[in-house]
Amino acid sequence: MSEIIRARSLLKRFGDLIAVDGIDFSVGEGECFGLLGPNGAGKTSTFKMITCVSPPTAGELLVGGMDVMTEGRRIKATLGVVPQEENLDPDLSVLQNLAVYARYFDIPASEARRRAEEVLDLFQLLDRRNEIVDNLSGGMKRRLIFARALINQPKIMVLDEPTTGLDPQARHLVWRKLRLLREQGITMLLTTHYMEEAAHLCNRLVVMHVGRILAEGSPDELIRQYVGDQVLELRLTDGQRQEAVALLQRHDGVRLEEVEDSIYAFGPAQQWQPILDMLTPFGKAVRLREATLEDVFLQLTGRGLSE
Amino acid sequence: MSVMGVSYRSYRVWQRNRDVVFKLWIAELAPPILGPIMVITALGLGLGGFVELGGDQDYIEFLTPGLLALFPMLWAMFDCGWGAYGRMNMQGIYDAVVATPLNVEDVIAGEIFWGATRGTFQAVHILIAALMFTPAYGLIDSPLAVLVIPFSLLYGVLFGAMAMSYTSIAPSMSSYNFLWAFVINPMFWFGGAFYPTDRLPDWAQVLAQFIPLTHVVEINRGLIEGEMHWSHLGNLAVVAALTVALFALALWSMRRRLVK
Repeated sequence: MSEIIRARSLLKRFGDLIAVDGIDFSVGEGECFGLLGPNGAGKTSTFKMITCVSPPTAGELLVGGMDVMTEGRRIKATLGVVPQEENLDPDLSVLQNLAVYARYFDIPASEARRRAEEVLDLFQLLDRRNEIVDNLSGGMKRRLIFARALINQPKIMVLDEPTTGLDPQARHLVWRKLRLLREQGITMLLTTHYMEEAAHLCNRLVVMHVGRILAEGSPDELIRQYVGDQVLELRLTDGQRQEAVALLQRHDGVRLEEVEDSIYAFGPAQQWQPILDMLTPFGKAVRLREATLEDVFLQLTGRGLSE
Repeated sequence: MSVMGVSYRSYRVWQRNRDVVFKLWIAELAPPILGPIMVITALGLGLGGFVELGGDQDYIEFLTPGLLALFPMLWAMFDCGWGAYGRMNMQGIYDAVVATPLNVEDVIAGEIFWGATRGTFQAVHILIAALMFTPAYGLIDSPLAVLVIPFSLLYGVLFGAMAMSYTSIAPSMSSYNFLWAFVINPMFWFGGAFYPTDRLPDWAQVLAQFIPLTHVVEINRGLIEGEMHWSHLGNLAVVAALTVALFALALWSMRRRLVK
């Protein structure tokens, strides 16, 4: 698998604030690579450096083998960018939005028209092609942004929080389409703080926190490495909680985390049955569930608000 | 090939703005046709009857070259001021465009050229209106008047770049009141469009020479009356130098604002 994005000691500083603190990562061709992290982790700064709208302060960043510092125009010609905020042309129709955008890439009008029909069909907007964008719903606008990002037949799609604000139907539609595009060989880089989204789409991801990369791997690898297969979750009153903690602490290899009214217990899977038996007096307050990427995320980046 | 970071791709932004205006054409086209006819009638004929210029020139004739400078200036400045701020901060158009092979300089140059085009569009309408009044009132004295049109592209860039330079530091839409109060309004009233600047007190005459519009009005007057002097070369030099300087300032300052 050849490397299509490569960051070495990538640094971004805004005055005294270090937004991205010398990170290294690489994305292979055809991969879906996720940048995960809470707000302020440096995801969007990284996104802006990759899309050549914000120059790195130091380090190296190559996209398609080209340097973002000197080859911005050529790199951008190969990217399909889905921004976090809606920035369509509100006064123009759906088709005109695509035609105007295609022109920025020097795509001839007839070819742009053909591709526009194709991408609108993909995102189920073909029957809205003559609607003025201002009259579209939020979900439709979002889908149009995806369609727009495909008009230049990008080699890499770069998506910043792509499904924020979408209803579940639209989100699942977007996920299906993105998986389809990945199967066609388009490389994807997405930032998100929806763990479910990362688990659905990414085959590899990094977890970022205050400008640094804390962990890297596939969703499954990360879950196994940091959490295990299952998590025991207890939600108890103050008195019961001390009792439960005391019981759980007798078991070696069980790691506990207390957050306000909740206790999370992590450990190897085979231990859970005896522990569950011991906890039967607490009844329904005890729940054993599958570990998710969200558990990894909260372990690595903490449960407090970072801003 | 690019100059000051501006490539042929700036034309794509110009095309985008043109397409939006065509989409909204009734709202965008009616004012430039009606405006000049009303102003020439109201000020030229209505007010002009009370004005004695001291020669054989009627006020309506004096006024026309001034209007040909003033209204294109306003249109270019509205577009690159209020209009550009809306596209940049409210519609996110600049963010969308710089994600494509265009860079910030392409976007800003395209915007300024578009502002200049709107100014020229207005100049064409004023010239048409003036021609309509010419059989009765002799507003246009020389075929040189047609040169006002290409010239308006140049000063359109000047005033567009001036407003864009303000946009590059504007903190909010309401802050454009400063642009209006301290830049546009003084040029409007003291740029020699409505009366000869030699009627002003001495100190104000000196100030008027520092108003770019004054030099534009002088050249327009020469072209409309068909009486060009060597001094017009000086006016042209001032206009050209300011155009280049403000264009470069707008590009530089916008990059500072947009590329973080």
